[in-house]
Amino acid sequence: MKALFNYIKEVLGGFYTLLQGLGVTGKYLFTPWNYVTQSYPENREKLQMFERFRGEVIMPHNENNEHKCTGCGLCELACPNGSIEIISKSILTEDGKKKRIIDKHIYHLGMCTLCNLCVRACPSDAIIMGQKYEHAVYNRSNLTKVLNKPGSKIMEGIKE
Amino acid sequence: MAEYREIIFNSDKIQTDDYFVNIGPQHPSTHGALRIVAKLEGEIVQSIDPVIGYIHSGIEKMCESLSYPQLIHLTDRMDYLSAHMNNEAVCLCIENALQVEVPERVKYIRTIMDELTRIASHQLWWCATGMDMGAMTTFFYGLRDREPILDIFEETCGARMTFNYNVPGGLMFDIHPNFQKRVKDFIRYFRKKLPEYDTLLSGNVIFKERTKGLGVLSKEEAIAWGVTGPSGRASGYSCDVRKLHPYSAYPYVKFEEKLATDGDTFWRYQLRIEEMWESMKIIEQLIDNIPEGDFAVKMKGVIKLPEGEFYQRVESARGEFGVFIVSDGKKNPYRLKFRSPGFSNLFVLNELVKGVKIADLVAIMATLDLVIPDIDR
Amino acid sequence: MAFSIYDFTDLAQSIHNGLSSSLTPVWTTVIEWAIIGILYILFVALFGLFLVYAERKVCAAIQQRIGPNRVGPYGFIQTIADFIKLLMKEIINPKGVDHFLYNLAPYIVIATVFIIISMFPFAPGLQSFDFDIGVFFVTAVSSVGVIGILLAGWSSNNKYSLIGGIRSGAQIISYELSVGLSLITMIILSGTMQISGIVNGQADGWFLFKGHIPAFIAFVIFIIAGTAETNRGPFDLPEGESELTGGFHTEYSGIKFAFFFLAEYMNLFIVAAMVTIVFLGGWQPLHFGTGNGFNAAMDLLPPIIWFFLKVCTIILLIMWFKWTFPRLRVDQILTLEWKYLLPINLFNIILMSVVVLMGWHW
Ligand code: SF4
Ligand code: SF4
Repeated sequence: MKALFNYIKEVLGGFYTLLQGLGVTGKYLFTPWNYVTQSYPENREKLQMFERFRGEVIMPHNENNEHKCTGCGLCELACPNGSIEIISKSILTEDGKKKRIIDKHIYHLGMCTLCNLCVRACPSDAIIMGQKYEHAVYNRSNLTKVLNKPGSKIMEGIKE
Repeated sequence: MAEYREIIFNSDKIQTDDYFVNIGPQHPSTHGALRIVAKLEGEIVQSIDPVIGYIHSGIEKMCESLSYPQLIHLTDRMDYLSAHMNNEAVCLCIENALQVEVPERVKYIRTIMDELTRIASHQLWWCATGMDMGAMTTFFYGLRDREPILDIFEETCGARMTFNYNVPGGLMFDIHPNFQKRVKDFIRYFRKKLPEYDTLLSGNVIFKERTKGLGVLSKEEAIAWGVTGPSGRASGYSCDVRKLHPYSAYPYVKFEEKLATDGDTFWRYQLRIEEMWESMKIIEQLIDNIPEGDFAVKMKGVIKLPEGEFYQRVESARGEFGVFIVSDGKKNPYRLKFRSPGFSNLFVLNELVKGVKIADLVAIMATLDLVIPDIDR
Repeated sequence: MAFSIYDFTDLAQSIHNGLSSSLTPVWTTVIEWAIIGILYILFVALFGLFLVYAERKVCAAIQQRIGPNRVGPYGFIQTIADFIKLLMKEIINPKGVDHFLYNLAPYIVIATVFIIISMFPFAPGLQSFDFDIGVFFVTAVSSVGVIGILLAGWSSNNKYSLIGGIRSGAQIISYELSVGLSLITMIILSGTMQISGIVNGQADGWFLFKGHIPAFIAFVIFIIAGTAETNRGPFDLPEGESELTGGFHTEYSGIKFAFFFLAEYMNLFIVAAMVTIVFLGGWQPLHFGTGNGFNAAMDLLPPIIWFFLKVCTIILLIMWFKWTFPRLRVDQILTLEWKYLLPINLFNIILMSVVVLMGWHW
């Protein structure tokens, strides 16, 4: 008799736990408007990344097409995987002195691990982390970028 | 026909062969590129042989050519679910070697981040376990609740998985002003949602029947195989590094090291759920008391460790994670070795699965909580 | 031509009369068969696709997602697009398969579906076969489907498929028993095996309500066993994707895979329709007693809508199971059947006999 009682208890108890599980999912099943996902390409306009979000390395330029990079190459040294190449050139300043400035700040997005070390290393805050998150391209070579814009100059007052 | 009859009635003429099934490297329940060669008899597993190395990336060797601040970011990519603990282990090791005392604020923030990472990792583990058992919906509930944590990380660290938030001597940034509020919101939210996990999966009679008494790991075996983390503690092996060798702010907080004695799949599951409750308690004790101060001490431009050997262990979400650095006084390590919990936990699998069904193999594997890059490195 | 959405008997009769007035009896039969065949193929394809869509939306709702929402309004055309994609896919014949059986298997599975569906009365007059052992016939034919699954598992030359196929065999053969026994329970109540007879017997109240407790127990057992027979979660061992990747249809592609896929969903429909017919009165509107105002109000909705309403409710229930519960293990499936469902079922038959003998049912 006791065995039979236990048997029935087991069956009903098992059933009860199953019903509880159904209750949890049922709560969401019958409120289908409470979804948590986002419709991605539609909300592209509104989608705001957090300010510290690391999407890519960029070099901000001001309205006169001037940047802050002195071409010191510290970011190249700090980068763990060689994503940055600095090509500098020497020019003659007005007072006839020779000076090395940045020619090309080459950045390989395809190799970058977005570790933020280059940004920390830069003494003049010339590079920062950008917020762009759609990096898909049709050709891998498009991932290699030159960060200083053509014809750009170094800002006044940035010392070596 | 006569031939067949002869074969059937003279069974010694039937050629038998072991029945091998390859689970992986491309298989939904190995959670990565792990290959398990299972020897079966019908549905019953005779033995298994894990084959690893499909995504070996040579991180230890790579570290030898990188400077100390640079190599931290590689540890994110090993056990990507406890990236923060891995980062911290390396930083602690370097700081101990240089005898740098980090500010209290750093310790508190690191501990909070550790525990958040632990919760996030256990959530993802919970999703995957449910899915391995055939309950698809758990996957989405777990990910839904993990999202607020990832938002917290993204706001403060700038990334969702590979944070690289620790640097030798402190942190990369100070916490975001919203940090405390968001963490508290999350704890409030998750305290409501966690019981749902119990009702949906662990309270369920099917789940209990499937996991209780399955894949029992004794305490002696756990110690012998070096199984740590919740998997080891389910067998009664007290191995919580946070308690045994406290680091960062763990000495200041009160929490329990959850232990069980059964060592079966169900308790390995249950302990992780309980750890989430404990983690929330730890965070609650710290979050309002983060002391003011610097978020990093000023380190030299080029960090050189003194000659010698240094070891530091932390409790990652999967068990004891250790960093062993041999330095010859240069700016990069002479040799660097990671003791990863997943590696030891994987190889005990063969002991656990003898005589279980294939479906149980998947369940046991799920509760060992394997992360493949952690094993392969 | 008399036409009414409430009763299709006149419509069928007038088509028959029209055809036989101008054709010989043989041609009349052939053309009628052709019409019925085309209607069934259309029904299976469209309702199958609808079920796939419904399943996606239901699981999306449970998982707090939106579900398909790109192709067509609310993603309604998504499954049709998927189906077209499947049709255009290459049909792969892996090395070492037993070609004849490998190609035969999907047809067995889908043919079973058609045979069973032909037994169902969708509305008064909308049933193509009706004979005195209808329920028995349905259970008999439904076990033929498993042969297709076994063949698929065996002939694919794939270990996962083989395990899946064998699992499916063990599972369906044992759950057949529970399905049969709970149907017997209801047959005791209805006194007939003829499907139209069973439906007509529920004009004054559904059997679920008429049979009190034993009918309810049989109802629960039937739904559990029926879910198991359709190989759906939590009984989806034959294709348990976390263990066996795809189970018995791992090696199939293109249209053959589509056949398995469609057959799975139509089996879901079959189980739901059987529940509807045996327990919930088929196309009968919700009636209590005879000739009162409530019944008249319920009669306003056409029977065919009643039928599909009930079917969809049961299907929703079964989908809800799938997305909630973890999968059982193979030995637990057998334990559940032989240790729990079978004894309860046998006991239930006795209970039902007592209820019927004592005249406690309405
Ligand atoms: S973010 Fe890291 S990997 Fe990328 S360029 Fe900067 S230092 Fe190199
Ligand atoms: S970006 Fe900064 S660190 Fe890099 S070369 Fe320019 S100034 Fe130097």
